Amino acid sequence: MKLKGKAHKFGDNINTDEIIPARYLNTIDPKVLGAHCMEDADTDFVKKVKKGDIIVGGRNFGCGSSREHAPLSIKACGVSCVIAESFARIFYRNAINTGLPILESKLAADSISQGDVLEIDLKKGSINNTTANEEYDAQAFPEFMERIIKAGGLMNYVKRRIKQKCTR
Amino acid sequence: MKQTITQKILAAHCGRKEVTPGEFIDAKVDLCLGNDITAPLSIHELEKAGIKKVWNRQKIALVPDHFTPNKDQASARHCKILAEFAGKHKIKHYFEQGRVGVEHALLPEQGMVGPGDLVIGADSHTCTYGALGAFSTGMGSTDLAAVMATGECWFKVPESIKFLYKGKFSKWVGGKDLILFTIGKIGVDGAKYMAMEFAGPVIRNLPMDDRLTMSNMAIEAGGKNGIIEPDKITRDYIRQTTGKRYKAYSRHLSLKSDKDAEYVDIHEWNITRMEPQVACPHLPSNVKGVSSLKKISIDQSVIGSCTNGRISDLRIAARIIKGRKVNSRVRLIVIPATQAIYLQAMKEGLLKDFIDAGGVVETPTCGPCLGGHAGILAEGEVAIATTNRNFVGRMGHPKSFVYLSNPAVAVASAIKGRITHPDEVRP
Repeated sequence: MKLKGKAHKFGDNINTDEIIPARYLNTIDPKVLGAHCMEDADTDFVKKVKKGDIIVGGRNFGCGSSREHAPLSIKACGVSCVIAESFARIFYRNAINTGLPILESKLAADSISQGDVLEIDLKKGSINNTTANEEYDAQAFPEFMERIIKAGGLMNYVKRRIKQKCTR
Repeated sequence: MKQTITQKILAAHCGRKEVTPGEFIDAKVDLCLGNDITAPLSIHELEKAGIKKVWNRQKIALVPDHFTPNKDQASARHCKILAEFAGKHKIKHYFEQGRVGVEHALLPEQGMVGPGDLVIGADSHTCTYGALGAFSTGMGSTDLAAVMATGECWFKVPESIKFLYKGKFSKWVGGKDLILFTIGKIGVDGAKYMAMEFAGPVIRNLPMDDRLTMSNMAIEAGGKNGIIEPDKITRDYIRQTTGKRYKAYSRHLSLKSDKDAEYVDIHEWNITRMEPQVACPHLPSNVKGVSSLKKISIDQSVIGSCTNGRISDLRIAARIIKGRKVNSRVRLIVIPATQAIYLQAMKEGLLKDFIDAGGVVETPTCGPCLGGHAGILAEGEVAIATTNRNFVGRMGHPKSFVYLSNPAVAVASAIKGRITHPDEVRP
């Protein structure tokens, strides 16, 4: 899958309270969650973001609470992918489980500037910065996770496994 | 191969003798939990996938603790989803309001978690039960849905870091200070993806409430779990608190790390002369000694949460405030973490001490810890809290400020109206 969008840069340790504050966790409606995405890190983010745009974070993106509302909110506001130097553990799982594309690359996180236009080939894990004319390779997913991604998220993977067990 | 306690528990749950850090395993889960924020999404995912049966109605805990007593109509709807799901599937461990408590204080107290167990929860502070020698870790709602359906979960076996604490505690210093100090040293991603193992002579003598506080905040260093080898203190806690017999996961499972087990890092600290620690806004790793923060005025002090809302926390705070008054400009909010703790505090007269002093006592809830309700900060306000996170906007307005401390510092600060060493109030 190929993605294209403008980069929105954030710093290190962007936590899930900043991505979607707890005051909005009384709903699971993606529309409401999307309308408040990144609100406590950048109040105007949802006004600026366009469909397909890409969030670029630093170290430990998505740390803090386990709320899956965080990747749901990012997806719902139109962001197509998150690139970061590193992701916090639970956010990483949640992104894979909910089908939010994420890529880990220190070089990309360091090199990309606010507003750069990026083209991403998810299959190859390559990030092309057309503004700076640079290319970065993201870390490949472990094979085990590839299987979940290919199945179309965790629940599909689980359904398939339950079926296999029943027919065995 | 030599194994850590974390490896041993994971291996036992996937029917293996040993597992290697970095490998992926499917493991059997002993207990899973969700709350009023995370479980509605899990239930939605289960229904969307057309899964009509849960794996085991006795091994699922539903704990509506975050926005309860229902703070608004939307939260009430979420709690109703939990109640209906629990009714439909005859979930044994569903805790209705009035019996519910803050999940990570409630489950150990109910004897639902034991040494060697494997527990996952759709809540990041699920790592708390490592204090009992369990492997427990937080995940998202979809992961919880998958476990509710199958009783199994995938894990990447973590590497381990060992933390050895030596020396003697100064007065007013305890588990909260050790863990804040540790996070301050290694940073909020210092244990990312890793198992944190707390050990050494200080831990061996550390009361269970303090151990629970330490394991609770492993996530604040990015840890996957925060584990302590079970010992006599663990056995006594289980017997005395839960009234149940001490039972580990299996007689055949050793719950000690092998002597030559591999660690990515071993930190050894002497804690003698350590003063109470405070994490300053806006990261739990921004830690300083309390004496360097004397000039910080506060508007609110919160004592409670899954980190420090247990009976020993309330006892320390009450001992300091008894006969004194909360500063006239400050709101003191005390939240016993469970109904049993609430009742015990009532019997001991602790609640009276707080109310006499001009404090608020609330029913068990996560409430203000996550900026949910019942103690939200306005723009520009400053709080000191015994909770676990001080991120931007965590307790309310994005331009408010949260300092994290132990209960003694939080209550002393409420009396003085500024961040205060407990010695200043009660030498």
